[in-house]
Amino acid sequence: MSKANRSGHWPKLSDKLTKSRDPARCQPLNRDTTIYNYCSDPDALEGVKWLSCYLTTGVHFQFYNAFVKVLLLLAVTAPVALSFGFAGATAARSRFLPLSWLGRGYIAVVRGVPDIAFFLFFVIALDQMFEYVRHVALCPDWEDPIRQGADFIVCQQAKLPLSSAREWVHETYAFALAVFTFAIVFGAFAANVLFGAMQAVPHAQLETAEAYGMSPRQTFWRVLVPQMWVFALPGLSNLWQILIKATPLLFLLGIEDVVYWARELGSTKTARFSDYPHGDWRMWYFLALLVFYLVMTWGSERLLNRIGARLSYGQATAGGEAMRKGAAL
Amino acid sequence: MKHLILTTAALALSAGFALADGHGKTVRMGTEGAYAPYNFINDAGEIDGFERELGDEMCKRAELTCEWVKNDWDSIIPNLVGGNYDTIMAGMSITDERDEVIDFTQDYYPPTASTYVATSEGVDLEGGVIAAQTATIQAGYVAESGATLVEFATPEETVAAVRNGEADAVFADRDYLVPLVEESGGELMFVGDDVPLGGGVGMGLRESDTDLKTKFDAAITSMKEDGTLNAMLDKWFGEGTGTY
Repeated sequence: MSKANRSGHWPKLSDKLTKSRDPARCQPLNRDTTIYNYCSDPDALEGVKWLSCYLTTGVHFQFYNAFVKVLLLLAVTAPVALSFGFAGATAARSRFLPLSWLGRGYIAVVRGVPDIAFFLFFVIALDQMFEYVRHVALCPDWEDPIRQGADFIVCQQAKLPLSSAREWVHETYAFALAVFTFAIVFGAFAANVLFGAMQAVPHAQLETAEAYGMSPRQTFWRVLVPQMWVFALPGLSNLWQILIKATPLLFLLGIEDVVYWARELGSTKTARFSDYPHGDWRMWYFLALLVFYLVMTWGSERLLNRIGARLSYGQATAGGEAMRKGAAL
Repeated sequence: MKHLILTTAALALSAGFALADGHGKTVRMGTEGAYAPYNFINDAGEIDGFERELGDEMCKRAELTCEWVKNDWDSIIPNLVGGNYDTIMAGMSITDERDEVIDFTQDYYPPTASTYVATSEGVDLEGGVIAAQTATIQAGYVAESGATLVEFATPEETVAAVRNGEADAVFADRDYLVPLVEESGGELMFVGDDVPLGGGVGMGLRESDTDLKTKFDAAITSMKEDGTLNAMLDKWFGEGTGTY
C-alpha cells in the first residue's frame, strides 16, 4: 500500500482540521511547534531526523516538563517533610504530656495507614474542607444543602481555585495539595527516625551539658540536635530513596506526571490523528523512566554517603572513631 | 444622600455576585484524552477530537466560556460529582446506572455499535477471554455474555492485551477500533457481529446543574437542526455517520 492512502478511505484529519477551524481561535498546529524546519513533512523523514522531530513535538515538551514537576516535588517535599518530622519528633519527646501524645499520635496514625489510602483520602478531604470553610465564610446566605445526593456543592465564590481561574492555577493547586500530603506522610516516617536518633545520642552528653549549667533548651539545640544527625542519616537516606520512588504516586492524584505522559505518548498512534504514527511504544517510554529513576537514586546515594562521612567526623560513634584512627595512621 | 450611595453600592455589589454566578463562570469540561476519534491528545499536546470540536461549538452557542480538563476514565464520574469540573464529554454512553448518579444531555452521537476485534478468525466470543475497559457498557456486556472478562484502565491496554495474547479478543466501540484495525496491517480483524449498546453518547453533568443542562441541550438541538452536528460526525467518523 502506498504511503498516500495508508489510512484507507479516511481522509487525513490534520489536513481537514487546518481548513475547518476558526483561524482566530486556531491552536498552533503541531507542525509549527517543532523547532526544526525540516519537520514540516514528517512522513518523508527517516532515522535520526524523524526522531529529532518526533521528540520535539509539543506533547513531548509536556513530557519533559513532567520531569521538572517530579524534581520540584522532591525539592519542596524533602525540606517540608523534614521539618514536619522534626516537629513531630520534638513533640513526641516533650515532657508536656498532651504535646507528646500529639506527636506520638501523628507518627503512629500516619505510619500505620497505607500510603495509597492516605493519599486518596487526604487530598479529597483536604480539598473539600478548604472549600467548605470558604463557603461558610463567603456565602452566609446560601440555603441549599452542600451535599445533594452524591454531589458536593459550594457556592461559586468558595470554589478553590475559582472555576474562572486559568488551568495552570488548578494544576498548581492540585500539585500543592499533593506536596502537602507527601510531606505529611513522609514527615511521620522522618519523625520516627529523628525520634530514634534523639534517643541514640549518649545520655552522658546531655548530663554533662546539664552539669555545665545549660538550660534544657540550650542542651537540646547545642548538644542533642548537632549530634543526632549522624544517627538519623541512614534512616533519612532510606526515606529519601523511598520518596524518589514514590513520586509516581502523583499520577494517582490526577497530576500529569512522568508516568501519565509515558503511558499517553507510548500508546498506539494512528496516522489519522498524528503526524508521527507508531505502535505500542509504552515499553520504551517506561524504560526511559526506569533509567531516570535509577540515575536519581544512584546519584543521591553517592551524595548521601558523602554527607554521612562529613557528619561522622569528630563524632563519638563507630564511624567517627574509624575516621579518627584512619587519620592517625 | 449617604444612604442612597450605600444602597447603590450594595445593589452594585449584589449584581456583581449575580453576574459572577452566571456569565463570569468558566465551565470546566472534563474528558479522558485517550479515546480517538472522540477525544485524544494531538502532537501539540492539546485535547483534540470530535468532542473537542463539538464542545467548543456548544459553548459558543450557549455563550459560555469553557476550559478543557483531562481526567482518568476510572475517576471521571466521582470527580464531576466532587466538583472538579462541570461536564463530561468522553464518549460516555447514556445508561440507566450512570443516570442514577449524574445527569445527561440528549445524545450527540446516536446509540453506538460495539464490536469484537481479534488477531484471528474463529475466536470463541462466548467462552473465551475478552478484554474491555473498566466501567464501560462493553465491560458490563462481556460480563453477562458468559465470556471471561479482563478489565483495563485505558482503551490502549485492552488492544495491547489482544496483541500480546493475554486476551482472545477486545470488545469496544467500533469507532475506536476502526483506525487501529485499518493500520494494523492485517494483524487485527473484526470478528463476530456488531452489538448495539447504550442509549447514545451524551454530555454528563451533575444532577443539580439543571441550568447548564438546559443550555447545552438547547445548543445540541440547534446543532442538530442546522446540520452542523451531522457534518462533524461525518468528518470525524466517516461519511454516513451523521443521521440526525
